Amino acid sequence: MSRVGYIAVNTFREAVRDRVLYNLVAFALLLSGAAILVGQISIDIERLVVVNLGLTAVSLFGVVIAIFIGIGLVSKEIDKRTLYTVLSRPVRRWEFVVGKFLGLSGTLFVNTFFMAIGVFAALLYVSTPHRFQSSDAWILVALFFIVLQFVILCSLALLFSSFSTPLESAVFTFALFVIGSFAEDLRGFARMSHGLMRWLATGAAYLVPNFSALNVIGQVAHGQPISAHLIAYNTAYALAYSVMAICGAVLIFERRNLK
Amino acid sequence: MTMTGSRKVTVTASVLLLVSLASSVLLLRRLDQLRSHATLEEVLYITSPKWIKRLSLGYDGLMADIYWTRAVQYFGGHHSQGIEEFKLLDPLLEITTALDPKLTAAYEFGANFLAPKPPNGAGQPDKAVALVEYGVRNNPDNWRLYYNLGFIYYFDLKDYTRAAEAFERGSKTPNAHPFLRILAAQMAQHAGEIQMARMLWQTAYASTKDEQIQKNATTHLRALQVDEDVTELEKIVARYQELTGLLPSSFNALIGAGMLRGVPVDPRGKPYKLLPDGRIELRNPDDFPFVEKGLPPGYVAPRPKLD
Repeated sequence: MSRVGYIAVNTFREAVRDRVLYNLVAFALLLSGAAILVGQISIDIERLVVVNLGLTAVSLFGVVIAIFIGIGLVSKEIDKRTLYTVLSRPVRRWEFVVGKFLGLSGTLFVNTFFMAIGVFAALLYVSTPHRFQSSDAWILVALFFIVLQFVILCSLALLFSSFSTPLESAVFTFALFVIGSFAEDLRGFARMSHGLMRWLATGAAYLVPNFSALNVIGQVAHGQPISAHLIAYNTAYALAYSVMAICGAVLIFERRNLK
Repeated sequence: MTMTGSRKVTVTASVLLLVSLASSVLLLRRLDQLRSHATLEEVLYITSPKWIKRLSLGYDGLMADIYWTRAVQYFGGHHSQGIEEFKLLDPLLEITTALDPKLTAAYEFGANFLAPKPPNGAGQPDKAVALVEYGVRNNPDNWRLYYNLGFIYYFDLKDYTRAAEAFERGSKTPNAHPFLRILAAQMAQHAGEIQMARMLWQTAYASTKDEQIQKNATTHLRALQVDEDVTELEKIVARYQELTGLLPSSFNALIGAGMLRGVPVDPRGKPYKLLPDGRIELRNPDDFPFVEKGLPPGYVAPRPKLD
């Protein structure tokens, strides 16, 4: 295994040791409670609630994990002084950053995988009769997009973590998550502006990550198909954006004085 | 010594935890009794669907489900308490459908909450029409919404022309129920007649697998049967009076005159009552919500139960 691989595996192990995967228990309880309860307090939306709630919970739990683990990836190593040991192995700085990114993304992928099982189990329970429909396959696309969302957030958390304190990183990453949810509104605002404001707004609109395009939960909840074009472009966008953020993290970290 | 001290702390803390938990529960129950008329549910802190959409950070679907559940609980709560004002129902439904325009249950059931007169609904058929029209704009291929629209126009607004138009529009959607075309055609000739109403309720029953809707349709069909029976029986009594100059003393007189084959019974199998003044009444009117004929004078129907 390469040095990047070792860092990635170690990052995953640390996350598991931090009991990150315990959130799966809370998730399972939430989803099973909702699946049982919703039929008694509402009308005709059991499947919708399972899909909407399930996918929203997967997304939000993952966002929280991405931010709170991601912001400490570099700073924790610096505080514990283990970073110097690692870098002296020798592990190059860029290998350290990329390894951390892959490790956290892998953790979130595993987390999402188990949550997906929970979502499909709950869906099977509330469906009448108890079997899947062909339109349920689109839920996998929504989950894939949520994983892409995590990949972007991990890269951003790592970027901020490479130069700022954990608290600042958390605030910046969360702010970008919120602003990214309004990315399409921001581009609309840029189109309506004039002069310098238009340039600034357009720049900001293209710089913030576009999370709204990655959110297809509403569509898949109603069994609507997702176009292959959207899947391809979203994948390419998420990878390009993450590479950009990781490169930024690498550039900053390479020049950072660790003393 | 340390172990004993530690155990004392453990026991004390555990007992205190249980006692304070029990106290919190009891105090909360008491607070609920004191604040039983709390107006929390009568307040919508954010009434703008646009703002709620923004605040949901893209998780519109879940927010719509929450607001729909809130609308159902709001209607059900008011209905079960006999409150006939539903101030927040339309705003809640507006927010729900703005967040998720594809949530067809909100249009179908929401319109049934809004349109009927109290105590069965909010008595706002115009708002029900606006809600379903919004649903039609966002789900133009959903024939059920056109059917709902026609239903509201027919029963609640008595606008038979618009009802026919709605059925006609719906009949052109893909996979439309074949009944829509028949309803549109029949409307021109038989609008306002019992057979039209029967056809509508039979369609409602046949076109759904939802038990609540089927039960509601059955109840209405029974009420229509009673109205028809009472009308026919009173006509027979009037004919008997024309022939004999007297009102029949009982159904046996009509059977003896060859005008009836047996004692007529209502859809639940109980015999109708023939009163000395020639009127026909139900033996137990409470069995038939929505009935308009055969009721004793001054009869007040009990509040319909929401199952």
